[in-house]
Amino acid sequence: MNLSILKSDKKNLNSFIVAGSVLIFIGFIDIILSSFFSTNITAFLPNKISYLTPLLFGLFGLYLIRIEFSGNKLLDKVNTNFNSSNFNAFLTLLVIFSLIKYIPPLLNWFVFDANFAGNTKEDCTSGGACWVFVKVWLNRFVYGLYPDNEQWRINTAFLTLFLLVGASFFVPQKFKKYIIIFLLFVYPIIGLKLISGGDFGLKYVETGAWGGLSLTFIVSAFALILCFPIGTILALGRRSKLPAIRYTSIGFIELWRGVPLITVLFMSAVMFPMFLPDGTYVDKLIRVLIAITLFEAAYMAEVVRGGLQALPKGQYEAAKSLGMGYWKMHFLIILPQALKLVIPGIANTFLALVKDTPLIFVVGLLELAGMVNLAKTNPKWLGMAMEGYVFAGLVFWVICYVMSRYSQNLEKKLKTER
Amino acid sequence: MNFKNLKLNLSNKNKDLIPQILTVAFLILVVIYFTINAQSNMGNRGISFGFGFLSQESSFDITFSLIDYDGSHTYARAFLVGLLNTILVSAIGIFFATILGVTIGIARLSQNYLVAKSAEWYVEIFRNIPLILQIFFWYFAALRALPLTVDSINFYDISFLNVKGWYVPKFVWTNFSIFIYSIIFAFVLIYFLAKYAQNQRDKYGKQIPTLYISILLIIGLPFLTFLIGGVSLTFEIPELTQLSKTVYVYRGGVSIIPELISLALALSMYTATFIAENVRAGILGVSKGQKEAAASIGLTKGQILKLVVMPQALRIIIPPTTNQYLNLTKNSSLAAAIAYPDIVLVFAGTALMQTGRAIEIISITMLTYLSLSLSISVFMNWYNKKMAIKEK
Repeated sequence: MNLSILKSDKKNLNSFIVAGSVLIFIGFIDIILSSFFSTNITAFLPNKISYLTPLLFGLFGLYLIRIEFSGNKLLDKVNTNFNSSNFNAFLTLLVIFSLIKYIPPLLNWFVFDANFAGNTKEDCTSGGACWVFVKVWLNRFVYGLYPDNEQWRINTAFLTLFLLVGASFFVPQKFKKYIIIFLLFVYPIIGLKLISGGDFGLKYVETGAWGGLSLTFIVSAFALILCFPIGTILALGRRSKLPAIRYTSIGFIELWRGVPLITVLFMSAVMFPMFLPDGTYVDKLIRVLIAITLFEAAYMAEVVRGGLQALPKGQYEAAKSLGMGYWKMHFLIILPQALKLVIPGIANTFLALVKDTPLIFVVGLLELAGMVNLAKTNPKWLGMAMEGYVFAGLVFWVICYVMSRYSQNLEKKLKTER
Repeated sequence: MNFKNLKLNLSNKNKDLIPQILTVAFLILVVIYFTINAQSNMGNRGISFGFGFLSQESSFDITFSLIDYDGSHTYARAFLVGLLNTILVSAIGIFFATILGVTIGIARLSQNYLVAKSAEWYVEIFRNIPLILQIFFWYFAALRALPLTVDSINFYDISFLNVKGWYVPKFVWTNFSIFIYSIIFAFVLIYFLAKYAQNQRDKYGKQIPTLYISILLIIGLPFLTFLIGGVSLTFEIPELTQLSKTVYVYRGGVSIIPELISLALALSMYTATFIAENVRAGILGVSKGQKEAAASIGLTKGQILKLVVMPQALRIIIPPTTNQYLNLTKNSSLAAAIAYPDIVLVFAGTALMQTGRAIEIISITMLTYLSLSLSISVFMNWYNKKMAIKEK
């Protein structure tokens, strides 16, 4: 199509810009009127054409203002970023128009028409989202079926954890080591004891009652702490020159990496008890933790192996020439460097772990997503599935997004250091 | 002193042997311990280890099956139904995830700020929500909001969408085999054409428009079979029939159950984010110098993309993308959460409940996934070796 007549030759630059802008403006007016005020200014045209008019106006307008080296800085910027070709102009308009058309109804549902006040389903009358549902069930979403007057124990456990983690950033280097060792080896036991109870005058709360977001955190934190050393040992085993150890490690890693987590959880639920002496009962949560830990350890092993492989051979040779043995070499020279290299990979594994925790519903443990499933089947709250899943999705999204951002920053930081 | 000598005399061989023997002994002990326990446990429940149950009558129904199946068939057949359903949803998921992923990956690199940003947000949103939640969302929230059978959403009177599923026309073929043969024949011709074109290019420097001829062949040959080969295709369109005063169903056509729709939707939208990142990394991974060098020897834009950028980008893109395909297949096991009858639900769920044969059934299920994964990783190793840059 040769539209060279419609191309500005710098002399009539301004008239082209004005004409183009007016056309684009008409396009916008058309779409805004038709989506908010249900009036169609091009109703005299056939139905399908009238539907496309905003796009046609916009496209033609953008075509008119697509003037190379116009000398106008703003115009040049718009042209390079949004309007470099007909196709790009079309995409720009498509994105803007769909934002105009779909974002306001979404916002209405989310905020403006949503119900916040009240305590029952009947209080939700305005047609938007019924956040009353989330408000009423929030306690369950966070603590599961944990008894109400014992919930301070979960709060205390997590508050202490956050304080300790926060403290480890601020205390001098000398104490940092001790805090981290305490966090990794001592605190998990204290925290678990505090939440499960049974001693020290604390009421015993069986693991079946644990649930909600706190269970998500408990499972992910324990699995991460436990899968890290196992994964490291497996990675070392896979690179060992001793065939029996190497093949055992390879077999173990590939076995877990080859099957979906859900079958592993099924296995922990129905097959694992068959392998134990009759009458032994291992708590459901412990079984799930073992299953998830072994599963994630295999993935962690591959991440750590990547770091081990990335280290130059000279590091190994230098350590050996200093007379170091296998373990000394790895713990003092190799692993500190290798692990630093794969911190982003470790963060990604952790991210995958957090996203996998909802799967524990297959053994009957209900974390956040499971609690939503439970709540939406409550006869008093039927039809609240959308609100429940949107809320759960939002919570998970915030957790995962913050973590992935953090890992990306870490990646950038480590890249510049090398 | 003696002690020190002893330590030195320990030959390297012995030093290597001890940990290996310990490992193997530990493994054997664990296996023996588990076997003894399993035997006594199964003895207590009056069942013995064996795969004989596979040929017994299953006596349960499966809601969705690609092959002929009802309760009178065997457990082995039920396993096959589950496996086929897993493969079906994985194939659909892989197909759409690839299209969506490549589109979004390219969109992220677009010069257009809005397009690049929207693609980025798509990736950020769908990658960071657990897949199981996305499946729940589509199944329990989004698809449940569809109209009832009577007021189905109508697509040009041939396809209907309602809360019970999506009803699409069924293809009724005559002489289907001739049609398939024509497609195979077209592929064979294209193979020889490509060889011939390469030969011509290498010998005489002549360019043959292989792509256009191939497209012509792959459309033209099957089309010819309609004209002269006696192949015909009619559509069986689903029809609304009234069962009683308020009960309506669609008869005829193919019904795609909502479980399959939501699973395929969630799987492809989730996996697409990872594929998009792979595609982006692959295209960014081709150094600028390559494009500039190609441009400086006078290749056109299309040639640069086809001959210089894509071969190198694909080398980076394909291995992690295959991994994503594998992940998608493994993730399709989440079907159990919304009762889509895949291998986990049918076999590790229903069949296990009925027979109580935990060890056999879980092992078969895991072995199925394992063999799938291992065969793909064997293929990947072969592919990587083939595609590795051969330096002279």
